[in-house]
Amino acid sequence: MGMPILEIKGLKRYFHGSSDLFSKKVRWVKALDGVSLQVCKGETFGLVGESGCGKSTLGKTILGIYRPTEGSVIFKGNEISHLKGQEAKRIRKDIQYVYQDPGASLDPYWKVGKILSEPLVIHTSLSKKEIRKNVRKMLDDVGLREEHLSLYPHEFSGGQQRRLGLARILCLNPSLVILDEPTSGLDVSVQATILKLFIELKARFDLTYIFISHNLIVVRMMCNRMAVMYAGKIVEMGDTREIFGNPMHPYTKVLLAAIPEIGKKVEQEREMPLSGEPPNPENFPTGCRFWPRCGFKMATCESVEPPLESAADGRKVACHLYKNKS
Amino acid sequence: MNKEMTLAPRETLLEVNNLTVHFHTDRGVVQALDGADLEVKKGEVVGLIGESGCGKTTMARSVLRVLPPGGRLVSGSILFKGLDLLALGERDLNRAVRGKRITLVPQDPFNSFNPVFPIGTQIRDLLKWKGGEESKTRVDEERIWEMLNQVQIPSPGSQLKKYPHQFSGGQRQRLMIAMALLPHPDLVIADEPTTALDVTVEAQILRLMKSLVQGREISVLFITHDLGVASEVCERIVVMYAGQDMETGPAEALFSDPRHPYTSELLASLPNPEGKIRDIPGDVPSLIRPPGGCRFHPRCPQAKENCSGEKPEKIEVSPGHWVRCFYPRTRSAQLIVERA
Repeated sequence: MGMPILEIKGLKRYFHGSSDLFSKKVRWVKALDGVSLQVCKGETFGLVGESGCGKSTLGKTILGIYRPTEGSVIFKGNEISHLKGQEAKRIRKDIQYVYQDPGASLDPYWKVGKILSEPLVIHTSLSKKEIRKNVRKMLDDVGLREEHLSLYPHEFSGGQQRRLGLARILCLNPSLVILDEPTSGLDVSVQATILKLFIELKARFDLTYIFISHNLIVVRMMCNRMAVMYAGKIVEMGDTREIFGNPMHPYTKVLLAAIPEIGKKVEQEREMPLSGEPPNPENFPTGCRFWPRCGFKMATCESVEPPLESAADGRKVACHLYKNKS
Repeated sequence: MNKEMTLAPRETLLEVNNLTVHFHTDRGVVQALDGADLEVKKGEVVGLIGESGCGKTTMARSVLRVLPPGGRLVSGSILFKGLDLLALGERDLNRAVRGKRITLVPQDPFNSFNPVFPIGTQIRDLLKWKGGEESKTRVDEERIWEMLNQVQIPSPGSQLKKYPHQFSGGQRQRLMIAMALLPHPDLVIADEPTTALDVTVEAQILRLMKSLVQGREISVLFITHDLGVASEVCERIVVMYAGQDMETGPAEALFSDPRHPYTSELLASLPNPEGKIRDIPGDVPSLIRPPGGCRFHPRCPQAKENCSGEKPEKIEVSPGHWVRCFYPRTRSAQLIVERA
C-alpha cells in the first residue's frame, strides 16, 4: 500500500432537518456522523451503501462543497476543510469530482468546446491556443473526436456524456478523482466500456480514485479497498477481496447476499433475511444503528454504539460481535 | 423447483407473433420492434431482457395497447387466451383485459399513485371497476386486508388512510404489487419493478413477488435490464436487441450456454471478479435507420455477408431454446478459448 494521499478523521456533517412550524427545536439530519478513513496514493477506494447512507455527502465534504460540522480532512499532509478563497481553489484543482448525472451537470446551452475549456480558463493562465490544444488532447484521451467540439451535450449518448465529464476534469491534471455513481443508468455493455476507460486513465495519469457506488459488482471489480456505510457511519472497511470473501459485519453480509447475480436463485438466499428499510436519518436508533434490522442482535446493541475497531488482518468492523476477538 | 410443473406441457397464455411497431416522430420513423415474437405460458415467469431502447417496454405497451402518441402497430398478432387483442375495441379492452386479466407493476413506485387520495381510496376504486365485485358501491374490505397482509404491509387498517407520500419506496412497490394482484389477473407485466430500489429492498420485493405468484397460476412478464435479477426470478428468458428477439430459452441454459453472439457478448461485458473487462465494440444502432438483416451484424464478431441481407429465422438449438442467428454458437467453451 502506498502513502496516504487523503486522511479523514472523525468527519461529521449535519443538515437542518424538518422542524415544527411553531417550535424552535431544530432536528438534525446526521448525514455523516464520525467517519474516519485513509485513501492511499494510486488506489481505488470504494464507498458503498444504500441510498441515504451518506456516501455522496462524504464525497462532497472531502471536496469542500459541504463544510464539515466537525472533524478534519487532510490532503497530502495539509488540513483542507477550512480553506477559503484562493487556497481552496488551488486544492480543488487537485481534487476533482465527477457528478452522478453527467447530462445534468453539463450546461445545455454551451457547446462542448466551451464546456471543456472552462476549467482551464478558471484554473490556469494558459493562452487560448494552448487551451485549445489541451482540450483536443483530452478529447482524444477519453475516446472522443474533434468534430464533437461543436456539438451540444444533449447530442451525446449517456456513455459519451460520461466521457465528456471525465475530459473536463482530467485537463486540470488532478491527483484525486471522486467518481460519484459513475456507472448508474448505463447499460452493461456501455458500462464495460466506461470502466475500461477509468482503468486506462488511472494508469496513464497516475490517479487515485474514490469510487462511490451502490453497484457492488462493479466495486468488487474496480476497487482495492472499500468501506461499507450504513446510516452515516462506516460499518466495515478493508480489502475488497477479503470483504467479499468473508464479510464480517451483519449488514455487509446481507448487502452482499442481496446482490442479484446470474445463477443465484431467490430461494437460496432465504437464510439471509433482512426486513425493514434503512432508518430515518432524523431519528436514528440508539446504540448500533443497524440493530432493528440485524439478525445477530444482542442486548448491548440497543444501548451501546460499537466503535469501528480493527478485527482480523487490517479489517475494521463496527460490531459488538467481534469485540472480544480483537 | 417443482419438476412436474416444468415437465408437463403448459397452455399458452400470451402469444405475440411477428410484431412490428413504428413510432412516427419529428426526426423520422423509429422502427422500435421488427417482427418480434414472444410467448408466455400459463403460470410461467418470463424475463424480457436487453439494453435500453431494445424494445422491451414497447413490447409490454403493445400487449396492453397503450403505446405513446405516434406509436403504430404495423403488423403482427397478439393472442391472449386465444383472443386477438389487436381486433378488440377500446371498450372491450378496458372492460375485459386492461387492469383485469392483464395488470401492470410499473417501474416507478413514486409517480404511479395519485398523490391527493389516500391509498385505501385508490385500492377500493380499483376493486370497484376491475375487481369483479357484485356491487359498485361496496367493496370487500376483507379482501383488501388479506392482500395487504400478504404483501407484508403491517396493520392495514391504519395504513389505508395514509397518502402515498407517507410510504417508503419499498412499501409503495408492495402496494403496487397488491393492486396488480387484487383483480386476480392471468398475466402481470412487471416493468423494471425494482430498478428504483436499493439492493436489500430489491431482494425483499423479488422474493415477495416470487412467493405470491407461485401457487396462484399467474404468469409474469418480467422486464428488466439487470441480467442478475432476470436469472434469479425467471424461468424463461427472451433476449432483445434493437427491436428484434435474438434468443429465447430456459434461464439456466441461456445464461450458462448462450448461443446467440449478442447474448454471449452481453454476458461477457458484465463486471467479473477477475477484473478483466470486455466490451462490445460499437454503439447501439439508431432505430430510425437500423441496419438491415440481423440488426446486430455491424457489431457481431462472427458476422458474414448474408447477415446484412436478410433477417435470420429462428432455429431451435435444443428443446425450447431458440436462436435467431444464421451461425449460432455451438458451445460456450469455444468462446472461452477465443478469449484466453
